[in-house]
Amino acid sequence: MSMKKALGAIAVTGALVFAGAAVADEKIKIGVSYPTPTHAWAAGMNWHAEQAEKRLEKIYPDVDLILVNSPDPGAQASALEDLVSVHQIDALVVLPFESEPLTDPVLNVKKSGAWITVVDRGLSQPGIEDLYVAGNNPELGRVSAQYMKGRLKDGDNIVILRGIPTVIDNERFDAFMAEIEGSGINVLDHKHANWNRDDGFEVMQDFLSRFPDIDAVWAQDDDIAIGVVAALKQAGRDGDGMFVVGGAGMKETIKAIMDGDELVPVDVLYPPAMIATAMDATVNAFKSNGPVAGRYILGATLITRENAESYYFPESPF
Amino acid sequence: MTTASEDTAAKTAKKFSVDFKTLGPAIALLLLCIIGFMLNPAFVSEGNLTNLLTRSAFIGIIAVGATFVITAGGIDLSVGSMAAAISGVMIIVMNNAIETMGSGVPTVLLGCGIAILLGIGAGWINGALTTKGKIEAFIVTLGTMGIYRSLVTYFADGGTLSLNFDIRGTYRPVYYDSFLGLPFPVWVFIGVAICGWLLLNRTAFGRYCTAIGSNEAVAKYSAINVDRVKTLTYIIQGLCVSFATIIYVPRLGSASASTGVLWELEAIAAVIIGGTVLKGGYGRIGGTILGALILTTIGNILNFTDVISNYLNGTMQGLIIIVAVLLQRSDWKVSKSGKS
Repeated sequence: MSMKKALGAIAVTGALVFAGAAVADEKIKIGVSYPTPTHAWAAGMNWHAEQAEKRLEKIYPDVDLILVNSPDPGAQASALEDLVSVHQIDALVVLPFESEPLTDPVLNVKKSGAWITVVDRGLSQPGIEDLYVAGNNPELGRVSAQYMKGRLKDGDNIVILRGIPTVIDNERFDAFMAEIEGSGINVLDHKHANWNRDDGFEVMQDFLSRFPDIDAVWAQDDDIAIGVVAALKQAGRDGDGMFVVGGAGMKETIKAIMDGDELVPVDVLYPPAMIATAMDATVNAFKSNGPVAGRYILGATLITRENAESYYFPESPF
Repeated sequence: MTTASEDTAAKTAKKFSVDFKTLGPAIALLLLCIIGFMLNPAFVSEGNLTNLLTRSAFIGIIAVGATFVITAGGIDLSVGSMAAAISGVMIIVMNNAIETMGSGVPTVLLGCGIAILLGIGAGWINGALTTKGKIEAFIVTLGTMGIYRSLVTYFADGGTLSLNFDIRGTYRPVYYDSFLGLPFPVWVFIGVAICGWLLLNRTAFGRYCTAIGSNEAVAKYSAINVDRVKTLTYIIQGLCVSFATIIYVPRLGSASASTGVLWELEAIAAVIIGGTVLKGGYGRIGGTILGALILTTIGNILNFTDVISNYLNGTMQGLIIIVAVLLQRSDWKVSKSGKS
């Protein structure tokens, strides 16, 4: 590793005169592998990865980031093999499609001697990755519940729209329920709306028909929240202090918060930009004199009108 | 062959069998409504019933088209992706037309016109590849399903396409406003259903569809232009998808890769629950509409109760679909044995 660092230092100071092939050999090659974006959050991640690539390669001319996206777990496994055999990467930043099928392929990359950074979705075997970067799902639930407790009083009613039945959804939901317990706020019911606008709309319509008195909605996700807001407006129940708490940090939602929307006054961050955090940290593993290995769990920041601007990326697709 | 004989049997014994066959899905729907009411009386509130009907409109309209395709012995798996792709293009066209045409009715009409043209075009592609290209409909539409789905992902850059807010104001009433107490989507649904029923039951075209679905070779020897009729069924399907899209877009004003996912299976399920035979030769528009209503009602009822675990929603839906078809198939036997 120190050999590589030394070579990197040479490259920064004056290696640019070297012949192309020689320069290419001295570069620190970092492969970045993630699923092909098929939904807005992943498209945001793709955008942030590209931004980070441009930025980091500008700061460090000796760093070469190779972005690869794959449409399914099998393709991602092949992509990882190529990164090792074709590009001979020094480090890998990977957001695994699924934990189970990608554990072995990542382990093989590890055996080639590369630094491993795993993002968001953990591998099914501990100890493979040097660095783990992820959002904080339980914290997202807890922060949302704390906000609810701050706004509502004893005896108020809320409904919950959950995501796709997965570990992520359970972590968020369980933490929310644990935090809300004992506050006197009634959770009328919770249904899966699959992180999807249409399902959010339909589930909320049914909640509105079923429960005449709802004071707030935890939609858990910004896409669901958009459907919820449409259903509330259709039923004319968007007034009287009703509010919806989503999550993730969609740019439209953040814009609305900046503009002082009363129906969606806050958002809880689960940012697609975490891939950029992971890329930064991985480059630091080669460049910084501080240690980098470990776990980097991002906070689930409550985005309010006051701090919304720093989370607003109008160019991003998400 | 068995289908054909059952079919003629059904026709000669029309007075009894039609009643029996209509009753299957109708009984299933009635039972569901009673269960819904018992679980929560708010199920029959005016608001909920309106929601139910409006929600059924998307799948219902698409399923009317699917009835033609399936009756003529085909299948169309591409409708969900097609709806997503058409929504996407509609939104892009309308957003871009604001500068030249403003955000008024003409822009919305332009969007709707584009949707209809695209629907017809996409249907024609499916039809032509099936008939002229001589590829099985399952494969053709499996291919176009993937193509349309990835196109909308590409247009949206992996994210979500959103309709401009000014047009949304103009277009919104198409989904949310009512005429004579019924929301517009329900009127579109009724209109499409009536046209579909007339076309299938009262025209030569409808009889050709049934004939081709029963036995394509015989239909060909009977001087029916099989390729043309089959292609037309896909075009009708495409047109129905356009209508569904036109009332879908104003609801949330957005389209993404998750728009219309699994609509094709829901539409096919609605058609089969309604009594149309999957391998073709017999189609019922009325049944299809009941089928679409049943599917939507299941989802609605599951949202009205917390008795059943959320994780078992799929199980309940599957069970009810199978029971609904079972009810109706056993009625087939009753009508047959009653006749013989």
